[in-house]
Amino acid sequence: MSNSTTQHYTPPQRRGFLKRFAAGVIGAVVGIVPLLSGIAVLFDPLRRKAVQGEPVFVAPLGAIPEDGTPRKFSIVASRTDAWNRSPQTPIGAVYLRRTGPKTVSAFNVVCPHAGCFVEFMAARNGYFCPCHDSTFALDGKISTPRSPSPRPLDALDVEIRKDKEVWVRFQNFRAGVHEKVPA
Amino acid sequence: MRSLFDWLDGRTGYRKIAHEALYENVPGGARWRYVWGSTLTFTLAVQFITGIFLWMAYNPSSQTAWESVYYIQYEMTGGWLLRGIHHFTAQVMNILLVLHLMQVIIDGAYKAPREVNFWFGVGLLLLVLGLSLTGYLLPWDQKGYWATKVATNIMAITPVIGPALQKIVIGGADYGHHTLSRFFALHAGVLPGLIILLLIVHIYLFRRHGLTARQPIRRRDAPFWPDQVLKDAVACLAVLAVVLFLVVWPRLKGMSGGADLGAPADPSEPYGAARPEWYFLFLFQFLKYFPGGTEIWGAIIIPSIVMLILVLMPIFGNWRLGHRFNIGFICALLIGVALLTCLAISDDRKQPAYTAAVKAAHRDAERIKVLAKANGIPVAGAATLLREDPYSQGPRIFARNCASCHRYDGHDGLGLVTTNAPRAPDLKGFASREWIAGLLDPAKISSSNYFGGTKFADGKMTKWVKKNIPKTSPEQLRQIVAALSAEAQLNSQRDVDTREAPLIASGRDLITGSDINCTECHAFRKPDEDASAPDLTAYGSRPWMIDFINNPAHARFYGRRNDRMPAFGAEKMLDAKSIEMVVDWLRGDWFEPGPASNLARSNAP
Repeated sequence: MSNSTTQHYTPPQRRGFLKRFAAGVIGAVVGIVPLLSGIAVLFDPLRRKAVQGEPVFVAPLGAIPEDGTPRKFSIVASRTDAWNRSPQTPIGAVYLRRTGPKTVSAFNVVCPHAGCFVEFMAARNGYFCPCHDSTFALDGKISTPRSPSPRPLDALDVEIRKDKEVWVRFQNFRAGVHEKVPA
Repeated sequence: MRSLFDWLDGRTGYRKIAHEALYENVPGGARWRYVWGSTLTFTLAVQFITGIFLWMAYNPSSQTAWESVYYIQYEMTGGWLLRGIHHFTAQVMNILLVLHLMQVIIDGAYKAPREVNFWFGVGLLLLVLGLSLTGYLLPWDQKGYWATKVATNIMAITPVIGPALQKIVIGGADYGHHTLSRFFALHAGVLPGLIILLLIVHIYLFRRHGLTARQPIRRRDAPFWPDQVLKDAVACLAVLAVVLFLVVWPRLKGMSGGADLGAPADPSEPYGAARPEWYFLFLFQFLKYFPGGTEIWGAIIIPSIVMLILVLMPIFGNWRLGHRFNIGFICALLIGVALLTCLAISDDRKQPAYTAAVKAAHRDAERIKVLAKANGIPVAGAATLLREDPYSQGPRIFARNCASCHRYDGHDGLGLVTTNAPRAPDLKGFASREWIAGLLDPAKISSSNYFGGTKFADGKMTKWVKKNIPKTSPEQLRQIVAALSAEAQLNSQRDVDTREAPLIASGRDLITGSDINCTECHAFRKPDEDASAPDLTAYGSRPWMIDFINNPAHARFYGRRNDRMPAFGAEKMLDAKSIEMVVDWLRGDWFEPGPASNLARSNAP
């Protein structure tokens, strides 16, 4: 501001209240409209829900070791990623383990603690999470009291079709909570 | 509460800043003519806000740019509104820039000591034009792609540095991922950053020198707040209302609303509708007047001289007639720009090829929406959807390969009506009941819609139709037409063909029977080695048409009697996929969305 401006300065008067109010309101309106249109787009993901997938074929029964050792398999299914629809892409992985001659258990490989990829370690005869040291037994249960995971590994529904095909209903669950809640 | 503000003021001095900002003196009090600068600042703020939100959904690469914009526009909540506001505010901003510049020049606000601030203003003008130019490419649709290609090719004619400059700007020898990354970095990073810097200096200098009052001053001075702020706010509201009207109005009329999104960019697909945005049309038109080799005058030298004069205006302004010259120059410039813009538009209106190209572009833009919505977009990008779509490609293949002789409903498939006479039949509705009824009409068979342009105009078939059809009863003719047309198994006739099976059966008997006896020359529903005319078995069906286009001179069709039609498949003039697509298009056989094919509103799993 130049020095000369201070000489002309006249303090706002009371009857200017309406003007000031109107200027404030209109100013707020013109600012908020573009902001709201942006916020609508920003919050768009809240409207999108994960779909619970149909069972997908994962592996032939013969591919799972008969001695009860778990084995990792990819889940390959069609996937919608925003605008892209891709047929048959890997969307996750499971550990399959025989619990009997014709029965199989399936665990999502994601640690229920914070979502890291849990590894099966033959030497420890269990699952081990490389991030925060959660440990799980072969049946998915938490194996040490110090394990930070709030719940056992997430078991998935398994179906054996035609006595030789392993189908799994693949699903992700919310990490960090005691209950098994679909993500 | 009060003490909290005192605490804050003690550490920031915000009250003094706010006071200075709000109680700046306005000589002669608030006036409407002072609002332009504020409206520009407002539009810039709108662009920053909407731009940042768009940024959160935009994806710059040649397989995802169009796709992400499509997703914003048609799938995300409020996306069309957000993008529409960003798009139309940019347009309005260009108008406001001109108004602001006019006001500054007419009021002499560029004169000493405000020269430097004027130059900052000119810098801002160029930066905003830069935003327009870079933003036009980002949706990666045909329009932006081809228009920006022109702009960067013009850049390349700059002497010495041109070619290198072009490569740097587009991030390689050709358009691709890096072109988008660079344009996006310019559009969302470099240019806005520079604008903020220049704008800070611009406003600082403006405050330093004070407002240039319009003389004579008749009223008392008043502070900026609240009178001028109110006027500015009302002006901004008006700007916003105009923008919202432009965004929402088409939607109220049932169209999608917001900014346009053309078909995805495809370097293999010509785009006759390529034009810059309307505010650059004058430059586009101006270039037309410079014959080959002299473009540099129209594209670079003359615009640079104009910019130089603009920059020198504060200097001219000190001369005796300088101010009048400046006003005269800016008016002449704007009249010239307006004139060139009008010329560009009227030139285009007179061009049937351009009108047809715009129509085709619109058709593609609508079509890709249908395809993307129904089936999602493959990872390879949306352009592949159009490339494999008979509805989109059929007319193009027809226009390029068939329309030199044939017509489709009187035009070339893409809506362009050529003046030269057709030399082969009009293929709209080929093999449909209506089409065959025309062929078997003595008044029509030798017209240009059928055999008129061919050597069969007075051939055996024409003679036969003229001699025998008048002797055939209308009922018999109806049966023959239905039976022959049923061979094509057209989708559009599926219901009526099923319903009228008895009629078709009696038609078949007539075709082979001794009265009408088509099989004297043609084969029908059984092999006939003596047939001398095209096979009527499965006439007009998909395989029949594919085989025919592959080689019309095959013994099954015209044999040695074939007129001028090339063997498109056998001679490898068209690949199998193209032949299939043009056949599917002619037969009206393309993907139509069913009710249950909406893109799932979810990201699985």
